[in-house]
Amino acid sequence: MIYDMKPDDIAGIYQATTLHLFCGISRRVFYSDIETPFPDGKLIVSITDREGIITHVNKAFVEMSGYTDEELLGSPHSILRHPDMPAFAFKELWDTVSVGGRWQGYVKNLRKDGGYYWVKATVIPNIRDGKIVSYTSIRRKPSRAKVEECIEIYRRLSAA
Amino acid sequence: MLYQFAVSPDFSPNFLPGWYVFNTWLQKQTKQNFHLEIYQSFQAQQEALSRQEIDLMYASAFDAAMLVRENGFLPVVKAEGFSDEAVIVASAENPINEIIGLSAGTKVAITANPDVYMMGMIMLESADLSANNIQFVNCDTYVTVAKQLLRAQADVGFFLAEAYDAFSDTIKSKLKVLVRSQISLIHHCLIVGSNLTHQRAELQKILLGMAQNEKGRSALKSLGFSSWVSVDDENMAFMIDVMNALAS
Repeated sequence: MIYDMKPDDIAGIYQATTLHLFCGISRRVFYSDIETPFPDGKLIVSITDREGIITHVNKAFVEMSGYTDEELLGSPHSILRHPDMPAFAFKELWDTVSVGGRWQGYVKNLRKDGGYYWVKATVIPNIRDGKIVSYTSIRRKPSRAKVEECIEIYRRLSAA
Repeated sequence: MLYQFAVSPDFSPNFLPGWYVFNTWLQKQTKQNFHLEIYQSFQAQQEALSRQEIDLMYASAFDAAMLVRENGFLPVVKAEGFSDEAVIVASAENPINEIIGLSAGTKVAITANPDVYMMGMIMLESADLSANNIQFVNCDTYVTVAKQLLRAQADVGFFLAEAYDAFSDTIKSKLKVLVRSQISLIHHCLIVGSNLTHQRAELQKILLGMAQNEKGRSALKSLGFSSWVSVDDENMAFMIDVMNALAS
Protein backbone atom coordinates (compact mmCIF):
# COMPACT_ATOMS: atom_id res chain seq x y z
CA MET A 1 0.00 0.00 0.00
CA ILE A 2 1.02 3.60 -0.49
CA TYR A 3 -0.36 6.52 1.46
CA ASP A 4 -0.30 10.30 1.14
CA MET A 5 2.62 11.87 2.96
CA LYS A 6 1.85 13.52 6.28
CA PRO A 7 2.83 17.14 7.01
CA ASP A 8 3.78 16.10 10.54
CA ASP A 9 6.55 13.90 9.13
CA ILE A 10 8.14 16.71 7.12
CA ALA A 11 11.25 18.57 8.24
CA GLY A 12 11.78 22.21 7.26
CA ILE A 13 9.94 24.39 4.77
CA TYR A 14 8.12 22.35 2.17
CA GLN A 15 5.99 22.42 -0.96
CA ALA A 16 3.08 20.15 -1.83
CA THR A 17 1.92 18.45 -5.00
CA THR A 18 0.02 15.39 -6.15
CA LEU A 19 1.90 12.73 -8.10
CA HIS A 20 0.19 10.47 -10.58
CA LEU A 21 2.18 7.28 -10.23
CA PHE A 22 2.94 4.69 -12.86
CA CYS A 23 0.77 2.13 -11.09
CA GLY A 24 -2.33 4.25 -11.70
CA ILE A 25 -2.72 5.78 -8.25
CA SER A 26 -2.26 9.30 -6.99
CA ARG A 27 -0.23 10.37 -4.00
CA ARG A 28 -0.06 13.66 -2.14
CA VAL A 29 3.59 14.44 -1.43
CA PHE A 30 5.42 17.14 0.50
CA TYR A 31 8.99 17.97 -0.38
CA SER A 32 11.72 20.25 0.87
CA ASP A 33 15.12 21.42 -0.36
CA ILE A 34 17.01 19.44 2.24
CA GLU A 35 19.46 16.97 0.70
CA THR A 36 20.85 13.96 2.52
CA PRO A 37 24.24 13.06 1.01
CA PHE A 38 24.69 9.46 -0.06
CA PRO A 39 27.13 7.82 2.40
CA ASP A 40 30.53 6.80 1.05
CA GLY A 41 31.06 3.09 0.52
CA LYS A 42 27.45 1.99 0.99
CA LEU A 43 24.92 0.50 -1.41
CA ILE A 44 21.16 0.68 -1.18
CA VAL A 45 19.61 -2.62 -2.21
CA SER A 46 16.00 -3.60 -2.70
CA ILE A 47 14.06 -6.31 -4.46
CA THR A 48 10.58 -5.90 -5.85
CA ASP A 49 8.14 -8.37 -7.28
CA ARG A 50 7.13 -8.13 -10.93
CA GLU A 51 4.58 -5.44 -10.08
CA GLY A 52 7.16 -3.23 -8.38
CA ILE A 53 6.09 -4.04 -4.82
CA ILE A 54 9.04 -4.01 -2.43
CA THR A 55 9.84 -7.45 -0.98
CA HIS A 56 13.34 -6.89 0.41
CA VAL A 57 15.29 -3.88 1.70
CA ASN A 58 18.71 -3.54 3.23
CA LYS A 59 19.72 -1.38 6.18
CA ALA A 60 21.10 1.43 4.00
CA PHE A 61 17.73 1.70 2.24
CA VAL A 62 15.94 2.12 5.56
CA GLU A 63 18.47 4.69 6.76
CA MET A 64 18.42 6.78 3.58
CA SER A 65 14.67 6.69 2.89
CA GLY A 66 13.65 7.49 6.46
CA TYR A 67 10.96 4.80 6.37
CA THR A 68 10.93 1.71 8.56
CA ASP A 69 11.27 -1.80 7.13
CA GLU A 70 7.58 -2.35 7.82
CA GLU A 71 6.60 0.80 5.91
CA LEU A 72 8.73 -0.14 2.91
CA LEU A 73 7.89 -3.83 2.58
CA GLY A 74 4.65 -4.23 0.65
CA SER A 75 4.79 -0.67 -0.74
CA PRO A 76 5.34 0.12 -4.40
CA HIS A 77 8.86 1.33 -5.14
CA SER A 78 7.27 4.62 -6.24
CA ILE A 79 7.01 5.48 -2.53
CA LEU A 80 10.38 7.16 -3.28
CA ARG A 81 9.19 9.07 -6.33
CA HIS A 82 10.22 12.72 -6.19
CA PRO A 83 8.16 15.32 -8.10
CA ASP A 84 11.33 16.57 -9.84
CA MET A 85 11.76 13.21 -11.58
CA PRO A 86 10.17 13.06 -15.03
CA ALA A 87 7.70 10.22 -15.56
CA PHE A 88 9.59 9.38 -18.74
CA ALA A 89 12.54 8.04 -16.76
CA PHE A 90 10.43 5.44 -14.97
CA LYS A 91 8.58 4.43 -18.11
CA GLU A 92 11.94 3.80 -19.75
CA LEU A 93 13.03 1.81 -16.69
CA TRP A 94 10.00 -0.50 -16.79
CA ASP A 95 10.08 -0.82 -20.57
CA THR A 96 13.71 -1.96 -20.28
CA VAL A 97 13.65 -4.36 -17.34
CA SER A 98 10.31 -5.98 -18.15
CA VAL A 99 11.84 -7.40 -21.34
CA GLY A 100 14.95 -8.66 -19.55
CA GLY A 101 17.22 -5.63 -19.95
CA ARG A 102 19.30 -3.71 -17.42
CA TRP A 103 18.45 -0.07 -16.68
CA GLN A 104 20.82 2.45 -15.24
CA GLY A 105 20.22 6.08 -14.43
CA TYR A 106 20.51 8.91 -11.94
CA VAL A 107 17.51 9.27 -9.68
CA LYS A 108 16.39 11.89 -7.17
CA ASN A 109 14.56 10.03 -4.41
CA LEU A 110 12.05 11.46 -1.95
CA ARG A 111 12.54 10.73 1.74
CA LYS A 112 9.77 10.26 4.26
CA ASP A 113 10.74 13.59 5.86
CA GLY A 114 10.33 15.44 2.54
CA GLY A 115 14.07 15.70 1.90
CA TYR A 116 15.82 14.03 -0.99
CA TYR A 117 18.91 12.08 -1.98
CA TRP A 118 20.48 11.40 -5.36
CA VAL A 119 21.58 7.93 -6.42
CA LYS A 120 23.05 6.15 -9.40
CA ALA A 121 20.56 3.32 -9.77
CA THR A 122 20.94 0.03 -11.57
CA VAL A 123 17.87 -2.16 -11.95
CA ILE A 124 18.10 -5.70 -13.25
CA PRO A 125 15.54 -8.45 -13.74
CA ASN A 126 16.10 -11.56 -11.64
CA ILE A 127 15.76 -14.37 -14.15
CA ARG A 128 15.27 -17.92 -12.91
CA ASP A 129 14.72 -20.81 -15.31
CA GLY A 130 14.36 -18.31 -18.13
CA LYS A 131 11.60 -16.29 -16.46
CA ILE A 132 11.65 -12.90 -14.76
CA VAL A 133 10.64 -13.54 -11.15
CA SER A 134 11.54 -10.20 -9.55
CA TYR A 135 13.74 -7.13 -9.92
CA THR A 136 16.80 -6.04 -7.97
CA SER A 137 17.66 -2.38 -7.63
CA ILE A 138 21.08 -1.30 -6.43
CA ARG A 139 21.85 2.34 -5.73
CA ARG A 140 25.30 3.79 -5.24
CA LYS A 141 26.81 7.20 -4.59
CA PRO A 142 26.59 9.21 -7.82
CA SER A 143 29.10 11.50 -9.42
CA ARG A 144 28.20 15.08 -8.53
CA ALA A 145 28.91 16.25 -12.06
CA LYS A 146 26.42 13.67 -13.43
CA VAL A 147 23.84 14.79 -10.90
CA GLU A 148 24.23 18.42 -11.99
CA GLU A 149 23.73 17.34 -15.62
CA CYS A 150 20.60 15.38 -14.68
CA ILE A 151 19.09 18.25 -12.70
CA GLU A 152 19.10 20.33 -15.88
CA ILE A 153 17.91 17.48 -18.15
CA TYR A 154 15.07 16.47 -15.82
CA ARG A 155 14.00 20.10 -15.42
CA ARG A 156 13.68 20.45 -19.19
CA LEU A 157 11.89 17.09 -19.54
CA SER A 158 9.44 17.91 -16.76
CA ALA A 159 8.66 21.30 -18.31
CA ALA A 160 8.10 19.85 -21.78
CA MET B 1 40.18 -40.45 -6.26
CA LEU B 2 42.33 -37.46 -5.41
CA TYR B 3 40.41 -34.21 -5.50
CA GLN B 4 42.11 -30.86 -6.05
CA PHE B 5 41.30 -28.17 -3.51
CA ALA B 6 42.29 -24.56 -4.15
CA VAL B 7 42.04 -21.45 -2.01
CA SER B 8 41.62 -18.02 -3.56
CA PRO B 9 45.04 -16.32 -3.64
CA ASP B 10 43.73 -13.24 -1.81
CA PHE B 11 43.51 -14.88 1.63
CA SER B 12 45.61 -13.40 4.40
CA PRO B 13 49.05 -15.10 4.65
CA ASN B 14 48.40 -15.32 8.41
CA PHE B 15 45.89 -18.08 7.66
CA LEU B 16 48.07 -20.16 5.33
CA PRO B 17 48.74 -22.87 7.98
CA GLY B 18 45.03 -22.83 8.77
CA TRP B 19 44.07 -23.96 5.29
CA TYR B 20 46.36 -26.99 5.65
CA VAL B 21 44.76 -27.76 9.01
CA PHE B 22 41.33 -27.44 7.40
CA ASN B 23 42.33 -29.71 4.52
CA THR B 24 43.50 -32.40 6.96
CA TRP B 25 40.27 -32.09 8.96
CA LEU B 26 38.19 -32.30 5.78
CA GLN B 27 39.94 -35.45 4.59
CA LYS B 28 39.34 -37.17 7.92
CA GLN B 29 35.69 -36.20 8.00
CA THR B 30 34.88 -37.07 4.40
CA LYS B 31 37.26 -40.03 4.10
CA GLN B 32 38.24 -38.57 0.75
CA ASN B 33 41.64 -37.43 -0.50
CA PHE B 34 42.07 -33.72 -1.14
CA HIS B 35 45.25 -32.11 -2.35
CA LEU B 36 45.46 -28.47 -1.28
CA GLU B 37 47.02 -26.27 -3.92
CA ILE B 38 47.83 -22.69 -3.04
CA TYR B 39 48.19 -20.63 -6.20
CA GLN B 40 50.47 -17.65 -6.00
CA SER B 41 48.33 -15.45 -8.21
CA PHE B 42 44.86 -15.14 -9.71
CA GLN B 43 46.42 -15.80 -13.10
CA ALA B 44 47.94 -19.11 -11.99
CA GLN B 45 44.60 -20.10 -10.49
CA GLN B 46 42.81 -19.13 -13.68
CA GLU B 47 45.14 -21.31 -15.73
CA ALA B 48 44.42 -24.28 -13.43
CA LEU B 49 40.68 -23.63 -13.78
CA SER B 50 40.92 -23.55 -17.54
CA ARG B 51 42.61 -26.98 -17.37
CA GLN B 52 39.69 -28.11 -15.16
CA GLU B 53 42.12 -29.04 -12.41
CA ILE B 54 40.10 -27.72 -9.46
CA ASP B 55 37.34 -29.75 -7.81
CA LEU B 56 36.82 -27.81 -4.58
CA MET B 57 37.57 -24.14 -4.19
CA TYR B 58 37.32 -21.42 -1.58
CA ALA B 59 36.64 -18.81 -4.22
CA SER B 60 36.40 -15.07 -4.28
CA ALA B 61 32.94 -13.71 -5.07
CA PHE B 62 33.94 -12.90 -8.64
CA ASP B 63 35.38 -16.35 -9.29
CA ALA B 64 32.49 -18.10 -7.55
CA ALA B 65 29.98 -16.18 -9.66
CA MET B 66 31.84 -16.94 -12.87
CA LEU B 67 32.37 -20.63 -12.08
CA VAL B 68 28.77 -21.22 -11.00
CA ARG B 69 27.34 -19.33 -13.97
CA GLU B 70 29.65 -20.67 -16.67
CA ASN B 71 31.34 -23.86 -15.47
CA GLY B 72 28.65 -25.72 -13.55
CA PHE B 73 30.19 -25.30 -10.09
CA LEU B 74 27.75 -25.36 -7.17
CA PRO B 75 27.89 -23.30 -3.97
CA VAL B 76 28.26 -25.12 -0.65
CA VAL B 77 29.01 -22.81 2.28
CA LYS B 78 30.42 -19.42 3.23
CA ALA B 79 32.07 -18.19 6.41
CA GLU B 80 29.51 -16.82 8.85
CA GLY B 81 29.67 -13.07 9.37
CA PHE B 82 32.19 -12.44 6.60
CA SER B 83 31.67 -10.36 3.49
CA ASP B 84 34.19 -9.10 0.98
CA GLU B 85 34.80 -5.40 1.40
CA ALA B 86 37.38 -3.06 -0.09
CA VAL B 87 39.27 -0.08 1.28
CA ILE B 88 40.87 2.74 -0.64
CA VAL B 89 44.02 3.77 1.15
CA ALA B 90 46.53 6.61 0.83
CA SER B 91 49.82 7.38 2.50
CA ALA B 92 49.29 9.09 5.87
CA GLU B 93 51.34 11.98 4.46
CA ASN B 94 48.99 12.50 1.52
CA PRO B 95 47.06 15.77 2.11
CA ILE B 96 43.89 14.25 0.62
CA ASN B 97 41.53 12.84 3.22
CA GLU B 98 38.50 11.80 1.21
CA ILE B 99 37.68 10.39 -2.20
CA ILE B 100 36.12 13.60 -3.43
CA GLY B 101 39.55 15.25 -3.16
CA LEU B 102 41.02 12.99 -5.86
CA SER B 103 41.27 14.21 -9.43
CA ALA B 104 41.92 12.97 -12.96
CA GLY B 105 45.39 11.50 -13.35
CA THR B 106 45.36 9.88 -9.91
CA LYS B 107 47.72 6.90 -9.71
CA VAL B 108 45.90 3.88 -8.31
CA ALA B 109 47.82 0.80 -7.13
CA ILE B 110 45.82 -2.39 -7.67
CA THR B 111 46.21 -6.14 -7.52
CA ALA B 112 44.58 -8.62 -9.91
CA ASN B 113 41.71 -9.25 -7.44
CA PRO B 114 38.59 -8.55 -9.54
CA ASP B 115 36.24 -8.13 -6.55
CA VAL B 116 38.40 -5.48 -4.98
CA TYR B 117 38.87 -3.75 -8.32
CA MET B 118 35.11 -3.61 -8.86
CA MET B 119 34.37 -2.26 -5.39
CA GLY B 120 37.24 0.23 -5.57
CA MET B 121 36.11 1.59 -8.91
CA ILE B 122 32.53 2.00 -7.63
CA MET B 123 33.85 4.09 -4.76
CA LEU B 124 35.97 6.26 -7.07
CA GLU B 125 32.97 6.96 -9.30
CA SER B 126 31.59 9.62 -6.96
CA ALA B 127 34.78 11.65 -7.62
CA ASP B 128 34.19 11.39 -11.40
CA LEU B 129 37.08 8.97 -11.71
CA SER B 130 36.98 5.98 -14.02
CA ALA B 131 39.41 3.69 -15.82
CA ASN B 132 39.54 6.35 -18.54
CA ASN B 133 41.04 9.12 -16.44
CA ILE B 134 43.24 7.42 -13.84
CA GLN B 135 46.56 5.61 -14.06
CA PHE B 136 46.87 2.06 -12.74
CA VAL B 137 49.97 0.76 -11.01
CA ASN B 138 49.72 -3.04 -11.18
CA CYS B 139 51.00 -4.97 -8.16
CA ASP B 140 51.33 -8.67 -7.34
CA THR B 141 50.32 -8.43 -3.69
CA TYR B 142 48.75 -6.06 -1.18
CA VAL B 143 52.17 -5.64 0.44
CA THR B 144 53.42 -4.26 -2.88
CA VAL B 145 50.41 -1.94 -3.03
CA ALA B 146 51.33 -0.61 0.43
CA LYS B 147 54.96 -0.14 -0.67
CA GLN B 148 53.86 1.85 -3.72
CA LEU B 149 51.92 4.20 -1.43
CA LEU B 150 54.75 4.58 1.06
CA ARG B 151 57.22 5.32 -1.74
CA ALA B 152 54.79 7.87 -3.23
CA GLN B 153 54.72 5.90 -6.48
CA ALA B 154 50.92 5.70 -6.26
CA ASP B 155 48.38 8.15 -4.79
CA VAL B 156 45.89 5.58 -3.56
CA GLY B 157 45.65 1.81 -3.43
CA PHE B 158 42.84 -0.73 -3.45
CA PHE B 159 42.93 -3.42 -0.76
CA LEU B 160 40.70 -6.25 0.32
CA ALA B 161 39.63 -4.84 3.71
CA GLU B 162 40.49 -8.09 5.46
CA ALA B 163 44.02 -8.01 4.03
CA TYR B 164 44.52 -4.36 4.96
CA ASP B 165 43.25 -4.94 8.49
CA ALA B 166 45.75 -7.79 8.90
CA PHE B 167 48.71 -5.43 8.34
CA SER B 168 50.81 -4.58 11.40
CA ASP B 169 49.99 -1.42 13.34
CA THR B 170 53.37 -0.03 12.24
CA ILE B 171 52.42 -0.23 8.54
CA LYS B 172 48.88 1.03 9.15
CA SER B 173 50.21 4.02 11.06
CA LYS B 174 51.92 5.15 7.83
CA LEU B 175 48.71 4.80 5.81
CA LYS B 176 45.15 6.10 6.06
CA VAL B 177 41.82 4.75 4.85
CA LEU B 178 39.95 7.21 2.65
CA VAL B 179 36.85 5.05 2.31
CA ARG B 180 35.74 1.55 3.28
CA SER B 181 32.97 -0.27 1.44
CA GLN B 182 29.96 -1.51 3.43
CA ILE B 183 28.34 -3.61 0.75
CA SER B 184 27.70 -6.76 2.85
CA LEU B 185 26.38 -8.76 -0.13
CA ILE B 186 29.53 -10.15 -1.73
CA HIS B 187 31.43 -12.97 -0.11
CA HIS B 188 33.92 -15.76 -0.67
CA CYS B 189 32.27 -19.11 -1.06
CA LEU B 190 33.29 -22.75 -0.96
CA ILE B 191 32.19 -24.26 -4.26
CA VAL B 192 32.39 -27.70 -5.84
CA GLY B 193 33.13 -28.58 -9.46
CA SER B 194 31.61 -31.31 -11.59
CA ASN B 195 33.62 -34.14 -10.01
CA LEU B 196 32.21 -33.32 -6.60
CA THR B 197 28.72 -31.97 -7.23
CA HIS B 198 27.22 -35.34 -6.29
CA GLN B 199 28.77 -34.93 -2.83
CA ARG B 200 27.57 -31.37 -2.31
CA ALA B 201 24.85 -32.22 0.22
CA GLU B 202 27.16 -34.48 2.22
CA LEU B 203 29.94 -31.88 2.24
CA GLN B 204 27.50 -29.19 3.29
CA LYS B 205 26.24 -31.34 6.17
CA ILE B 206 29.77 -32.03 7.39
CA LEU B 207 30.84 -28.40 7.17
CA LEU B 208 27.70 -27.04 8.84
CA GLY B 209 28.40 -29.33 11.76
CA MET B 210 32.04 -28.33 11.97
CA ALA B 211 31.58 -25.88 14.85
CA GLN B 212 29.85 -28.50 16.97
CA ASN B 213 32.99 -30.30 18.13
CA GLU B 214 36.31 -29.20 19.55
CA LYS B 215 38.52 -30.29 16.64
CA GLY B 216 36.23 -28.66 14.11
CA ARG B 217 36.10 -25.41 16.09
CA SER B 218 39.88 -25.43 16.37
CA ALA B 219 40.27 -25.88 12.59
CA LEU B 220 37.77 -23.09 11.97
CA LYS B 221 39.65 -20.83 14.37
CA SER B 222 42.84 -21.43 12.41
CA LEU B 223 41.02 -19.89 9.42
CA GLY B 224 39.72 -16.96 11.47
CA PHE B 225 36.13 -18.25 11.15
CA SER B 226 33.56 -19.20 13.77
CA SER B 227 31.35 -21.39 11.59
CA TRP B 228 30.10 -22.07 8.08
CA VAL B 229 26.63 -21.20 6.83
CA SER B 230 25.01 -22.78 3.81
CA VAL B 231 24.80 -21.08 0.43
CA ASP B 232 21.97 -22.43 -1.68
CA ASP B 233 21.40 -21.90 -5.39
CA GLU B 234 19.13 -18.91 -4.81
CA ASN B 235 21.66 -17.23 -2.47
CA MET B 236 24.27 -17.62 -5.18
CA ALA B 237 21.92 -16.47 -7.94
CA PHE B 238 21.22 -13.31 -5.93
CA MET B 239 24.94 -12.63 -5.43
CA ILE B 240 25.48 -13.10 -9.17
CA ASP B 241 22.63 -10.66 -9.87
CA VAL B 242 24.20 -8.12 -7.53
CA MET B 243 27.61 -8.51 -9.13
CA ASN B 244 26.13 -8.16 -12.61
CA ALA B 245 24.42 -4.96 -11.53
CA LEU B 246 27.61 -3.59 -9.99
CA ALA B 247 29.82 -4.55 -12.90
CA SER B 248 28.37 -1.88 -15.17
